[in-house]
Amino acid sequence: MALLALVPLGFVATYTVLIGPAEAWDLVVRPRVGMLLWNTVRLAVGSMVTCAVLGVALAFLVERTDIRFKNLWHGLLVAPLAVPAFVNSYAWVSLERSVAGFGGALLVITLSYYPLVYLPVVAMLRGLDPAMEEAAWSLGQSRWRSFRTVVLPQLRPGLLGGCLLVGLHLLAEFGALQLLRFPTFTTAIYDLYGSTFNGAAANMIAGVLVLCCLLLLLGELRLRGRRRFARLGHGAARTLEPVRLGCARWPVTALVTGFVGLSVGVPTYALVHWLRVGTSTEFPIGELAEATVSTMGLAAAGAVVTSVLALPVAWLAVRYRGAATTLIERSTYVANALPGIVVALAFVTVSLRVIPVVYQTSLLLVAAYAVLFLPRAVVTLRAGLEQAPVVLDDVAHSLGSGPLETARRVTLPVIAPSIGAGAALVFLAISTELTATLMLSPIGTDTLATSFWSASTDLRYGAAAPYALLLVLISIPATLLLMRQADRRERIAA
Amino acid sequence: MSRVELRGVTYAFGELRAVDRVDLLVPQGSLTAVLGPSGCGKTTLLRLVAGFLSPQAGTISFDDRVVAGPGTSTPPQQRRVGYVPQEGALFPHLDVAANIGFGLPKAQRGSDRVAEMLDLVELPRSYADRAPHELSGGQQQRVALARALAPAPTVVLLDEPFSSLDASLRVSTGRAVTHALRATGTTAVLVTHDQDEALSLADQVAVMRRGLLVQADRPRDLYRTPADAEVAQFVGGAAILHATVKAGVAHCALGDAPVHGTVADGEVDVVIRPEQVTITPGRTGARVGDVSFYGHDAAVRLDLLPHGPSLVARVPGLAAPEPGTEVGVGVAGSVFVLRA
Repeated sequence: MALLALVPLGFVATYTVLIGPAEAWDLVVRPRVGMLLWNTVRLAVGSMVTCAVLGVALAFLVERTDIRFKNLWHGLLVAPLAVPAFVNSYAWVSLERSVAGFGGALLVITLSYYPLVYLPVVAMLRGLDPAMEEAAWSLGQSRWRSFRTVVLPQLRPGLLGGCLLVGLHLLAEFGALQLLRFPTFTTAIYDLYGSTFNGAAANMIAGVLVLCCLLLLLGELRLRGRRRFARLGHGAARTLEPVRLGCARWPVTALVTGFVGLSVGVPTYALVHWLRVGTSTEFPIGELAEATVSTMGLAAAGAVVTSVLALPVAWLAVRYRGAATTLIERSTYVANALPGIVVALAFVTVSLRVIPVVYQTSLLLVAAYAVLFLPRAVVTLRAGLEQAPVVLDDVAHSLGSGPLETARRVTLPVIAPSIGAGAALVFLAISTELTATLMLSPIGTDTLATSFWSASTDLRYGAAAPYALLLVLISIPATLLLMRQADRRERIAA
Repeated sequence: MSRVELRGVTYAFGELRAVDRVDLLVPQGSLTAVLGPSGCGKTTLLRLVAGFLSPQAGTISFDDRVVAGPGTSTPPQQRRVGYVPQEGALFPHLDVAANIGFGLPKAQRGSDRVAEMLDLVELPRSYADRAPHELSGGQQQRVALARALAPAPTVVLLDEPFSSLDASLRVSTGRAVTHALRATGTTAVLVTHDQDEALSLADQVAVMRRGLLVQADRPRDLYRTPADAEVAQFVGGAAILHATVKAGVAHCALGDAPVHGTVADGEVDVVIRPEQVTITPGRTGARVGDVSFYGHDAAVRLDLLPHGPSLVARVPGLAAPEPGTEVGVGVAGSVFVLRA
């Protein structure tokens, strides 16, 4: 399964070698590629910075000040996670055509992705031992200075991790940027593939994109390695005396309200608006039901396959720690950094050349899903397996259970919730996946995401609305799961 | 319930011999404590008896049945050992009753056996349907013991079962556990680094050091006649003083004392326990250093004048002298002479 995960990477590398350095150079060094690189980099850096600033500021506001209705704000601030970026982008574009280009892209991407920073930072703030800050105060540091010198450095793992995640998501983002008419590597690959079937150019740009992703992934891995040292002592039983906002309370509350208006209000308004307009013209129950059924079917198949593949990977990584098993585990993470478009492109090309029978079948699509979402299942399962220490097996053996009986009566029941959670996460991720589905789905198979996509690219915003609503509804449980997971993970790490 | 016998048992992790040619006999129905500092190989020894590891040399037998020896090793699930690990390790997905019933044949799981075991470890029967996380640390340990005892094992192995409990709970849980073991007449091996626990709970204490079993004796004999200076100091603490024996009396820096047993005249080392050191205020002979006051008693560090050695005296709390004063010292009772 690790090999399967490496198919896309191997494909890009092999292709570059096969085509030869001269031609590869010609294909990469072109003004068009330069423009794409500039667009991709400035949007990635820009959105990472805005997300970091907003994420930390909002997390601090919610966790450490006496702002009222904290739980409400927390819920509203995480809510954008439940709106796929391409749905958010549809909301803005459909209401205001002028939202486009770099400015529009930065706005929509920031509003969609800042929770990726906000969520881990909140969890880390909760997990920090208040005694450290109190110690800093007792040493004569002001509240602001101790935040800067004691708290911020400890937030670094969560903050940087969140930023890198924003970067990786952005490199993979296709739908939102296509709607915003802001060309990056990902949209260019899709256009080259879709309009001209210019395989060579698409593959080479994919190569450059993969390099960018690996760069970010390298940063992520280094961070992950160092993170062990960021242990923060036992979880905080006490909470800190919150910072009093005083007379700044109303302006600050107004600002947060305004921000939530943009991040949650706009997509909600757009959905309601287009649903009302749309239902007066068309409401294709039959097509909706059909798309829902095929989405559910694909997602269920993908979730089962991915969980089955994730089990041995997580098992080896937890129970038999070693260089080889770490390598296997890490190789699945590489796929995490690979944009859906690259995975899809690799699967199209490789399947056409090697096993053409599977091209344009659900089988290929499910395999691509498995590669894309294996990391999520592995991460969840790993956490679960760590709850089932070897000593439980020892006890079961001493009570007369053989290996199989121990697996059936102890290990599987203990990790069942995390298998379930992992499968649910994968199910929900597949339900809202757009890019790979667009490229790999069998002819005649429409999912919610692809139906939404064809309607909104044809500017039939009303027709797209019901699909968008279903996509958001499907994403809500995944968001709740992620919220709980982030909180628990930081607490365990803390 | 049977006798457990180890002969020449050896187990090495690479170069490091964690267990080195250990011979040990655990009599039927007795509780033997394996005592040693962390890293001495005591947990490895326990895992060898349990069958989680196979010895590289030597044999382990339960009564006359060899469970591990050259070329044979019975897997743990067929040895019928009860295993109580640190922190209990209750199955988190099962309630108390299901945990206790885990090792029983299916037909017996719902029977009175579970209630019987709860009674045995002195837990209310109403706890049967609680989840492990609803129990305190001491209660979890009791359930872990009940789970190990339920299938009536040949021997019960306890791996530092009380080390995660706080001091007061440790004593009461330890008493409840030994009570349950004796009530069922179960042979048991308890691994611990806590000498109080070993001396107070066990019928036999086996001291391990760097993979070797140094001494195995009844607690009283271990304390009275330690095998060497290190055992004396590790178990109970002791001053080792040089002495000259003449006609059954040892002459040392603290004064004269009769020797324990028969010892030939000559130069020897004697073991003096802290409670044997007597203090007489108003005399000279030693300067009082730190005093640790515990209420019921006190540990007094003394520097013998004019130049050492220093030793510790244990005296009734209110009889402790002030730090810095000078006191007279002496020895009460007979002293044990170490084998050269």
